[in-house]
Amino acid sequence: MKFGIVINEGPYTHQSSDSALQFVKAAIEKGHDIFRVFFYHDGVNNGTRLGVPPQDDRNLTKEWSELAEKHGLDLVVCVAAAQRRGILDEDEMGRHGKNAHNLAPGFRISGLGQLIEAGIQTDRLVTFGD
Amino acid sequence: MSVLHTVNKSPFERNALESCLRLAKAGSSILLFEDGVIAAMQNTKFSERIAQAMHDFSFYVMGPDVKARGLGEDKLINGIQVVDYNGFVDLATEHDAVQSWL
Repeated sequence: MKFGIVINEGPYTHQSSDSALQFVKAAIEKGHDIFRVFFYHDGVNNGTRLGVPPQDDRNLTKEWSELAEKHGLDLVVCVAAAQRRGILDEDEMGRHGKNAHNLAPGFRISGLGQLIEAGIQTDRLVTFGD
Repeated sequence: MSVLHTVNKSPFERNALESCLRLAKAGSSILLFEDGVIAAMQNTKFSERIAQAMHDFSFYVMGPDVKARGLGEDKLINGIQVVDYNGFVDLATEHDAVQSWL
């Protein structure tokens, strides 16, 4: 079965990113297809590669990046939500005249159409948030 | 159409569960996870409400979230089924849609 995942909450806020990660891992383990993970609202904060959590804590961004690399996940960060919160890839850095970019490996920045498409293309859309 | 409703906040913090119970169609399933597991405990202000709602809904609770909060599974309201993330995925596939009450 094809799943779409939406994450509306930043990492280390409550538990949404953790729950979504566990859900995605379990779904993959069961042979389901994760069509896309869409990071929206504060959820875009999952996509910064500059986070440095303590070594004995989980690194959620790194876990998403590694899972994406291993299973070819499509991790999409909402562009408007990302701009507001200072999440930029190299293109966005250039477009807005900034001197740094921080999008983590495996993530890409795109628009809300990607969420709509996930809603249409998947059998189930599961939302995690605050 | 069968719907899996998910509630991730304690009923002492938000009214998400109350809204869900009020608006969900009888025959639906409700999964309590994250802080939502508080609603699955016996002897709270909400226990009777949940027990009543069990006539209309199937209730599930996320076992790892119960454990993470130090809440024993022996203190869950009778009839609430404990699942893990595999169970969550199965519930999502067995229902026609998943509605998150955020």
